Amino acid sequence: MVDIKHLTEDGIDILVVVGEVDASSSIQLDSAIKEVVENGASKILIDCRSLEYISSAGLGVFMSYIEELKQKNISMVLTDLSEKVHNVFQILGLDQLLTICENREAGMEKLK
Amino acid sequence: MFSYKAITRLSVFFGIVTWCTTAFIDLSILFSYTNGLKPEYSRELSLVSFNLFLFSLYIFYKYRIDKAENINFIDLLWRVFVTGLVTTVISLIFRLLIFILGDSTLTQSVLFQDFIYSVNIGLLSAVLVACFSVFRRLILYQKSKVLITVWRVFQYSLLLSLLYNVLPFTFLDDFFNIYLIFLIVVGLFLSGNMKWVAYLNFRQKWKGILLVTLALFYLGYFFWTVTKQALDFTEAELPFTDFQDNIFLLALIAFVGIYTLFSLLVLLFNLPTSSVFEQKLEEVGNFQRLSQSIQTEQSEERVYDILLESSVSTVFADAAWLEFEHDGQTTYYCHKIDESEVLNIKDKFEENKVKGIMHQDADRTRNLDKVLRSVKGTRFRSLIAAPIVVKNQQIGSLALLKEVSDGFNREMQKIIATFANQAGISIENFRLLNEALQNERYKEELKIASQVQSSLLPDTMLSNKHFNISAYSKSAAEVGGDYYDTFLTSSGKVALIIGDVSGKGTSAAFHMSQMKGIFQSLSQLDLGPIAFLEKANIALSQCLDKASFITATYFVIDLQVQRVNFARAGHCPTLYYHSKNKTTEYFSNRGMGLGMLRNNDFTNYLEINEFKYRPGDIIVLYTDGITEAQNSRGEEYGYDRLSISLEEVTDKGPDDITSHILESFYEFTGSEAIDDDYTIVVVKFK
Repeated sequence: MVDIKHLTEDGIDILVVVGEVDASSSIQLDSAIKEVVENGASKILIDCRSLEYISSAGLGVFMSYIEELKQKNISMVLTDLSEKVHNVFQILGLDQLLTICENREAGMEKLK
Repeated sequence: MFSYKAITRLSVFFGIVTWCTTAFIDLSILFSYTNGLKPEYSRELSLVSFNLFLFSLYIFYKYRIDKAENINFIDLLWRVFVTGLVTTVISLIFRLLIFILGDSTLTQSVLFQDFIYSVNIGLLSAVLVACFSVFRRLILYQKSKVLITVWRVFQYSLLLSLLYNVLPFTFLDDFFNIYLIFLIVVGLFLSGNMKWVAYLNFRQKWKGILLVTLALFYLGYFFWTVTKQALDFTEAELPFTDFQDNIFLLALIAFVGIYTLFSLLVLLFNLPTSSVFEQKLEEVGNFQRLSQSIQTEQSEERVYDILLESSVSTVFADAAWLEFEHDGQTTYYCHKIDESEVLNIKDKFEENKVKGIMHQDADRTRNLDKVLRSVKGTRFRSLIAAPIVVKNQQIGSLALLKEVSDGFNREMQKIIATFANQAGISIENFRLLNEALQNERYKEELKIASQVQSSLLPDTMLSNKHFNISAYSKSAAEVGGDYYDTFLTSSGKVALIIGDVSGKGTSAAFHMSQMKGIFQSLSQLDLGPIAFLEKANIALSQCLDKASFITATYFVIDLQVQRVNFARAGHCPTLYYHSKNKTTEYFSNRGMGLGMLRNNDFTNYLEINEFKYRPGDIIVLYTDGITEAQNSRGEEYGYDRLSISLEEVTDKGPDDITSHILESFYEFTGSEAIDDDYTIVVVKFK
């Protein structure tokens, strides 16, 4: 089960992901990112402070946007990852392809 | 105690004996009287004998008629007719005898006349009791509790009257009229039950009228004959047994007379309406046929045929058609009408802007017949239509046509709507059944897929004098996305791989089989870990969808120099046990999943790792299903529990190590229910 809130702050689209992202709820994550991208966002911050668990399917969602974001010149950062979630990103090597910041302020700074 | 046959035979025998006794006593009394002698037998004895005769008749017909099963109303009336016919013929033969003999001394003899009277009384009694038994069944058709009670009262009162007749108490004579009137009133009440008439069809009603009329005739004939004879005896002041003193006979004559007369009248008055009743019965029959069709018919087409036939015959339509819309295509099933004519009629309706006569929310206030009359080249003058709805969606319509105008009434409209509803249910059931069959087929296919996939994982792992391998894998769904394999290269090195496809289920299983293909072909090339993963990445980049990736760890074990080279492509860190200092560690060198970076940069994110193994060293490979599995409190099994579990059994062989880890794992998760794919591979060096 996952709940995704969309906020806008200083021209940055912020997605707050709450709950667990598994094979079925990864579809929700995908459509949330897709919506933001299609609405012409140029800066996306994904707040993962309440993301408790992410499965390989959920990681696949982030991975699938890397190429598209690069082409459209959209920058995306992930912030506030719990140790457990960060570890999952690290094992897969996805932390090397995505921008991960410690907290929201650092993320905002990065996107400016 | 006795069989029916024995009872009927016994009652016939007993009846004949008692009748003969009665006649003999009566005759002897009369003989004594005419000859001025003192009668040898008393009148009471004759009465007792006669009442026993009546009782025998009662028993005889009770068993003959009550026990006859599966008998229809006309057959019952037929029995009355036969009894009446036989008795009347016997009576008429005697009459003929008297006529032939003329005014001889025999016919003039009062004894002979008394004998004839006894015969006629006996025959009349038989007719009455037969009628009584048959009417009992007619009256008690569709019985209620009250009706049964009233009937019992009537029946027992009648039987009691047999006893009353023979009791020698004079004070009872005062009750005679009261008793008789009581029986007649109850009989009259019972005569009101004529429900059976409604269930006869037109033909049967005519037969019934004939049979009842004849029964009435017999009754009249006997009544007239015995009354006349009794009158003669009374006038001649001769002693005889007067039937008019017998409550049983009088009450029965009244009851049978009333019921036959009522039956005749009810049958007559019901004749004109019998077609309506028959039609209703047919409607019910058609309806039943339609609802049953779903269970027995093999195809939807057959259901349509039955629907058309049933609805046409129920409302006496001249033609009908069914139409179904599917993917913008309309299919027609026509009954006694051409498809071209249907299209012609529909076109005309559209021209006249009668929108969607076939639709659920169609405007029914408009007179469809008026439009139909203007259609050229059609013989039909009236039309009704009803929608066929499946799961709240109209899938088609049923239309019926008649050659006369205003041929359908409101009642028929309702009937047709009901038929269409029933057809909708039948079709829905039919489709559900088909879907269920289809699902069953899919399940079967999945089972095959599962069998095929399990054959993709190696049955036995490579083992030799340098090491032993044990492996365990279990999928959450029928098919899974975990993979492991070994290969002995031409240069004597061992290639070992563990892989995990992102996501789970069928798509993961397909990617897993691709991974196997890649491993089977590339491992032959004797490549180093980095080169292998690079080529695997290129191959997989072509076929994985953009959100899928595969994590893997690839080992090359050089048995000659006891050295292991490996690289991690995003897979869970390998757990390693050093036998020298008895410690465990996770090799978490840098790495990246296959298919995540689909260009030449990929190898930049990989890191080669190399170590020398010693005898007793253990490699534990696993997929994230193991470490991420949660218990009921939401805690993960995790790396620490895994390594502790290994440390407990490092002196054991790989099979025991695997089963020990699994034991600890399942104990932790608390159930055998799986929500991810679990794989463990254990390599132990010798």
